Amino acid sequence: MDINRIDQIIDRHNCEASSLIQVLLEIQSENHWLPKQALERISERLEVPLSRIQHIATFYKAFSLVPKGRHEIHICMGTACHVRGAQNILSAVEDLTGIKPGETDLDLKFSLETVNCLGCCALGPVMDVNGQIHGNLAPADTEEALKKYE
Amino acid sequence: MPRINSPDELEKVRNEILSQKDANKPCISICAGTGCLACGAAEVIAAFKEEINKQGLEADVDTKGTGCPGFCERGPIVVIYPEEICYLQVKPEDAPEIIAQTIKEKKVLERLLYLDPSTNESATRESDIPFYNNQERLIISNNIKIDSKSIEDYLAIGGYSALAKVLFQMTPEQVLEEVGKTNLRGRGGGGFPAALKWEGSRNAPDPEKYVIVNADEGDPGAFMDRALLEGNPHLILEGLMIGAYTIGAREGYIYVRQEYPLAVENVNIAIRHAEEYGLLGNNILGSGFDFTVEVHQGAGAFVCGESSALMTALEGKTGEPRPKYIRSNIRGLWEKPTVLNNVETWANVPLILNNGADWFNSYGTDRSKGTKIFSLVGKINNTGLVEIPMGMALRDIIYKVGGGIPENKKFKAVQTGGPSGGCLPDSMLDLEVSFDELTAAGSMMGSGGMIVMDEDTCMVDVARYFLDFLTDESCGKCVPCREGVKQMLKILTNITKGRGKEGDLELLEELGEVVKDISLCALGQTAPNPFLSTLKYFREEYEAHIEDKRCPALYCKELISYYIDPEKCQACMACLKKCPSDAIIGGKKTIHIIDQDKCTKCNTCLDVCPPRFKAVSKISGEPVPPPIPEEERTITRGNKEK
Repeated sequence: MDINRIDQIIDRHNCEASSLIQVLLEIQSENHWLPKQALERISERLEVPLSRIQHIATFYKAFSLVPKGRHEIHICMGTACHVRGAQNILSAVEDLTGIKPGETDLDLKFSLETVNCLGCCALGPVMDVNGQIHGNLAPADTEEALKKYE
Repeated sequence: MPRINSPDELEKVRNEILSQKDANKPCISICAGTGCLACGAAEVIAAFKEEINKQGLEADVDTKGTGCPGFCERGPIVVIYPEEICYLQVKPEDAPEIIAQTIKEKKVLERLLYLDPSTNESATRESDIPFYNNQERLIISNNIKIDSKSIEDYLAIGGYSALAKVLFQMTPEQVLEEVGKTNLRGRGGGGFPAALKWEGSRNAPDPEKYVIVNADEGDPGAFMDRALLEGNPHLILEGLMIGAYTIGAREGYIYVRQEYPLAVENVNIAIRHAEEYGLLGNNILGSGFDFTVEVHQGAGAFVCGESSALMTALEGKTGEPRPKYIRSNIRGLWEKPTVLNNVETWANVPLILNNGADWFNSYGTDRSKGTKIFSLVGKINNTGLVEIPMGMALRDIIYKVGGGIPENKKFKAVQTGGPSGGCLPDSMLDLEVSFDELTAAGSMMGSGGMIVMDEDTCMVDVARYFLDFLTDESCGKCVPCREGVKQMLKILTNITKGRGKEGDLELLEELGEVVKDISLCALGQTAPNPFLSTLKYFREEYEAHIEDKRCPALYCKELISYYIDPEKCQACMACLKKCPSDAIIGGKKTIHIIDQDKCTKCNTCLDVCPPRFKAVSKISGEPVPPPIPEEERTITRGNKEK
């Protein structure tokens, strides 16, 4: 990620150490992961030790320290989806993509994550791919749903 | 936008906005909340706009994207004013017909109305639908009436009048007294009286104080805070400002999950608009009161919903709770007195000050006043957000408002309070829902998730599910929560896998008591609740798992097998083709058999077996019958036709 862009984001938050999480979130949302050089730059500019940034980057679920695939699959494991069979959806997607939650495939095509609740409980079980919601799924529907992503 | 400098000017602006609105002009309100957007509301809005443009009706019809009215089951929801016609599950292709028939000809389209399954009668308006008319919608009812991105819409329904009243006609002590009279209790789950919390901060000697909106709604299956913040952000801002005035704070924060992008967007727009009107910033409404507010996004940690963890996260650190020898209203954010309340608690404040404590107290029970919004989800016909007066019976919520359980299945339990709460069985259905009654029954109010479970839900698995969630979300700071919950999960997982042994339940109970008593924060202190409450009401299910290696709900994969009844199988190939692991042996005119070694128990065969055959079933606690000999598997016409 471009160092100037990182600086811009830091400047927008007035270079304040208390904005660390907000800065990391912006970089994560633009770049989809947090490269080491970005963390080093933030550490230098916000005057926060790198160890503390690592602590935060590994504590919060939103951050990733490894590159993500082109398509991010989020399977909702909220209670409402759980009682409507989310576990079977997850197993089906694991079989199809060959990856487990938290992993990215070798072609960097898919990353798989579970989420606690997307708040679309009426549509459960729900899978979100790149922000698009696929609702009322049966395990057999997942193949068709993932087909269109290249 | 003109800056508003006094309450009189506020009324003037309000009157101007109202004078520009023609009450008889048709307005198409489309729910643009997250739930409806997920089922295509954006396309519906675009289709209406396109059709209106095409017909040149821009000046005659308004359209607006509104907040969530709660009936998520039937989204996208469209309400047409002034008649208040409520159309459900509207598709983009319905837009031309609605414009032609309803807007131009004033005819109601029967097919898009709600049809009551019990009486077969259709309901034209929201208030005719049982889902709505069994509720008491004090807070959420405005969501569908206003464009969530427009401050003018909020002003038009009387917005910021409570703020003006407080700033010019009331002292902070009077506000405290009024809110105190209602005994408004925290809607985030704890149920702590808001006025007491405010008073503590107000009396704290430190002059620098903060107010915070807790919108880190992490309970899975709960989304009422999102709907309020997303749909009516000014209401929350107004409540927050009143709180700030009362305790003497000049800065506030809104801590919202980054998983709620629309809420973040809408609340940021609301803050900008309020600043432009002079309703936020310096010298608000010319009163001399200064207040600014900042939005802080959470980065995905359930524990940050806990007040002290949230405050540490706001300071830019890892969100770990701290011991509360001194409460955060005395020493909170940056060690300063801080009042933190949940979104829904703040939303109640302007209502109380506009209508008075007596009005508010006319709703609810003795010890829990007002209403509460629940998200009614899971195995329920009318999934959605429901606002009910405190004290309504669980049975009424589930059957009258929620419309009962789908597919005529049997009700088994309702889970309230999220991962800290518990499950209540059908014998508790007459329980009146309020803070103390729920706690006494072994569950809790929590933020208001209400997950309905039917006969197919395994209660042991539900307990395992919540402990798995909490193991994942424990911050790791204190040992009883970090290690104790993990050990409980290990034992429970063994039970669901058929590896449970005698003594497990006693060990779990003992562990649960320890975790409850000595964990640092509420996450650990309440973590054993899902287990303890399911054990209390569903002990026989645990015993069946441990002693008979049987899952009565036929859910736990390791304890069940799938079986095709050769008497019923018509060799239709449906399951054989769909089975992802090629575990089904058979062919055309050959009865299908499941190869138990290959079967991954994904449930696909049961899903796809035509209901008229119903040949696939689940078996637990007994061996699968051996497959019939190969020579008997052929179906010849006549021997199988029934």
